[in-house]
Amino acid sequence: MSSGLLFAIVGCLLFVFGLGGVILLDHLLRRILAFNLMGSGTFLVLVGLAQRDGTPDPVPQAMVLTGIVVAVAATALALALARRLHTGASNPPPPANPTCRDDRHA
Amino acid sequence: MLTLLAGLLVSALFDLPPAQIRLPVFVADHLAESGVRHPVTAVLLNFRGYDTFLEVVVLLLALVGVLASGLPKDRSPFTGNVLLQALARHALPLMLLAAVYLLWAGAHQPGGAFQAAAVLAAAAVLFELSGIRTSKRPDPRWFRRITSAGVLLFFAVAAAMLGNGALLQYPPEQAGFFILLIESGLTLSLAVNLAAFFLLRSTEPGDAQATDNEP
Repeated sequence: MSSGLLFAIVGCLLFVFGLGGVILLDHLLRRILAFNLMGSGTFLVLVGLAQRDGTPDPVPQAMVLTGIVVAVAATALALALARRLHTGASNPPPPANPTCRDDRHA
Repeated sequence: MLTLLAGLLVSALFDLPPAQIRLPVFVADHLAESGVRHPVTAVLLNFRGYDTFLEVVVLLLALVGVLASGLPKDRSPFTGNVLLQALARHALPLMLLAAVYLLWAGAHQPGGAFQAAAVLAAAAVLFELSGIRTSKRPDPRWFRRITSAGVLLFFAVAAAMLGNGALLQYPPEQAGFFILLIESGLTLSLAVNLAAFFLLRSTEPGDAQATDNEP
């Protein structure tokens, strides 16, 4: 088993972890993190599979570089929206210790 | 369920046939006419420049989205930590230097506009967090202007290449210059863009008001 294939397997596992997080977690912040984990897993699969036979392939690497930057942008937007949701929903001042439940109803 | 999915995905990896198209060979064959010597940069800014252009547009869109979602009225308190300030004073010049080096290195080894921009943006965030500067923050409009300028520069170069038959088709002898031009512009605008994601989250109340009232 080549190291590229190992990367791809780890990427698959990360993707599934992230997917589980997106589905099962309540807190918005955790969901955003889990979504990022899914993305990282996908990148790892792409890069890992492309170098199964030992030689790195520049095309998927460039695509993954593009993907990472887009993921950063999407995360920033998601965080901004989550924050907006949080402040918007709590116009009576926000609870001192926001819990998962608050986010779900927000 | 999730374990089942993981098992399926992993077993699918083992069944994959070897790739039918040898992309590395194509890239290696055309590397000489791309204007740069590093294959990833060549793919990023020459062979698949279209993707990179749209990616920059996506970043700009995300910034517009962040701005449109409304700036916070509150500002999280940044304490002027002495250790953090000392670290920032030593690290910031080095980070600037590293960013310029990464930009230049992109032509022949790992590096490039995105990496340089990430380092620059991190420097800006460190600068903000350390609380060295206490004066008023720059107008959010400047974030938009600089970021748009990078995208427009990329687009202008892309459109100027239309005379060669297609968008972003550089003449081989000048490709290196155009790629460096685009990368320099992108470094600045992407750094501002990435830093803005963080900095605009920590705007002072007065600034937030000013942006809200802007047409």
